Amino acid sequence: MRLTREEEAALRGNRGPAARKAMEIVVALGEVYGAEELVPVSSVQVAGVSYGNIGQAGLEFLSEWAQQGARVVVPTTLNPAGMDLEAWQELGIPEAYALSQLEVTEAYRDMGITISCSCTPYLVGNSPALHEHVAWSESSAVSYANSVLGARTNREGGPSALAAAITGRTAKYGLHLEQNRQARLVVEAACALRSLADFSALGYMVGQRTADRVPYFRLNAGVRPGPDELKALGAAMAASGAVALYHVQGVTPEARLRDVLATDAEVINIESLEEGYESLDGSQRDIDLVWIGCPHASLAEIEHVADELAGRRLKARLWITAARDVLNAAKSRRLTDRIEGCGGRIVADACLIGAPLRELNITSVATNSGKGTFYLRSHQGLQVRFGSLVQCVECAVAGRWLA
Amino acid sequence: MKLQGRAIRRGYAKGEALVSHQPIGFFGGVDPQTGMIVEAGHQLEGQPIGGRILVFPQGKGSTVGSYTLYQLRKNGLAPAGIINEQSEAIVAVGAIIADIPMIDSIDISQIATGDTVTIDGTLVQVNRVNTQA
Repeated sequence: MRLTREEEAALRGNRGPAARKAMEIVVALGEVYGAEELVPVSSVQVAGVSYGNIGQAGLEFLSEWAQQGARVVVPTTLNPAGMDLEAWQELGIPEAYALSQLEVTEAYRDMGITISCSCTPYLVGNSPALHEHVAWSESSAVSYANSVLGARTNREGGPSALAAAITGRTAKYGLHLEQNRQARLVVEAACALRSLADFSALGYMVGQRTADRVPYFRLNAGVRPGPDELKALGAAMAASGAVALYHVQGVTPEARLRDVLATDAEVINIESLEEGYESLDGSQRDIDLVWIGCPHASLAEIEHVADELAGRRLKARLWITAARDVLNAAKSRRLTDRIEGCGGRIVADACLIGAPLRELNITSVATNSGKGTFYLRSHQGLQVRFGSLVQCVECAVAGRWLA
Repeated sequence: MKLQGRAIRRGYAKGEALVSHQPIGFFGGVDPQTGMIVEAGHQLEGQPIGGRILVFPQGKGSTVGSYTLYQLRKNGLAPAGIINEQSEAIVAVGAIIADIPMIDSIDISQIATGDTVTIDGTLVQVNRVNTQA
């Protein structure tokens, strides 16, 4: 692999032991994946924040790296934590968990990272431009950056993204190279797509069929997915099929700019979403928690919930997870008042997949997120109902899932 | 016998080989408090990896596995060295942050559990004590 003089110097330790270790990681990954050189990155999204996921091992490593002087050299944002960093006591998070979680975010803060604690960095100021090279982790954010923004990133893991932030470089392979961004699977989606849950179900189904190929969607005339729909589609596909990039004809930027379709692409037809709904939806009636905001909710989604609630009192807990900056925007538009007035709440900073839900006596959840459903089942072993946002709000009002 | 590989984390290590022909997932698959492989049904289930030259095709599972290797090191239970057929990000990053010498691109069928193995840069030296020449 060719390294610049500056990169060689960092590898020898001229920026200190922490930066040296970071460069060792970036270079080793380049070797492992056959990169010829490194590429400068303009931003980084770091996963590996929730204490429930990284555990004591992760906390100790991060604290020590921060103490050794690890500092980021490019704008770097952070994935969600396992709790709201401010309102954890009100939400009943056990103190031992909370204190460890706060140590994790402190270590990241010491490294110079913005404590954005969101899986939607692109909604809170980290929004790379078309063709920009970045190093992001968090599968749904990676999918959004590549597909919706047209930036270029591989699916980084937590430590490799952090190493990229400290060195300002990542290995140039995979999706950093234009030839690997061609679609080899055409999805003719003739099904109706009316809600975010529909886009989730479609993504879930397609993710199971991609087999490492970049999919290219052709949607029905008149279906114009916006940012929230694309976010739901990409997140579900990343969960079920590790899809890091997709194109939508006439919608996503690369598909509009150049011919992204490989000549040997296979074509599949999806005429109904029934299979997706059947695999995602469970059968539990009583629901402990209704969850909207996986990936983190946009202002438009929060407003949709407030409108559907229309002042009714809730029988089940309703939590909307969102980035803190989005929560603040919701507060200033009085959406928080409208939702809290009904008994719901907006939880900032958190992802429920890594949250201590069992300690909060939550064993059944309803959500409109395909990704959330997938991981709540596999990571937390919970009962999950999957349906539209409207169905989820009705469930929160009734206290049970209505068929 | 000498084998030539590719240094993922350059260094020197010597120890008794512990060989798995199945991939190893460190997060959830290895207990950082005991250093034992705990994945149910794994070929090496119940085996301690501390101080051994751990030989396996490649890593698998969660990227948090890198941190498990680091914690094994802190607890004095890390393998002395790692040899992979084809490394991937989880174990490669783990070896670097835990300072475990690691080589890949090695034909691991040439190494058996119990062999004395030395890792030195890009070279692996294998000595088999119990077989007749």
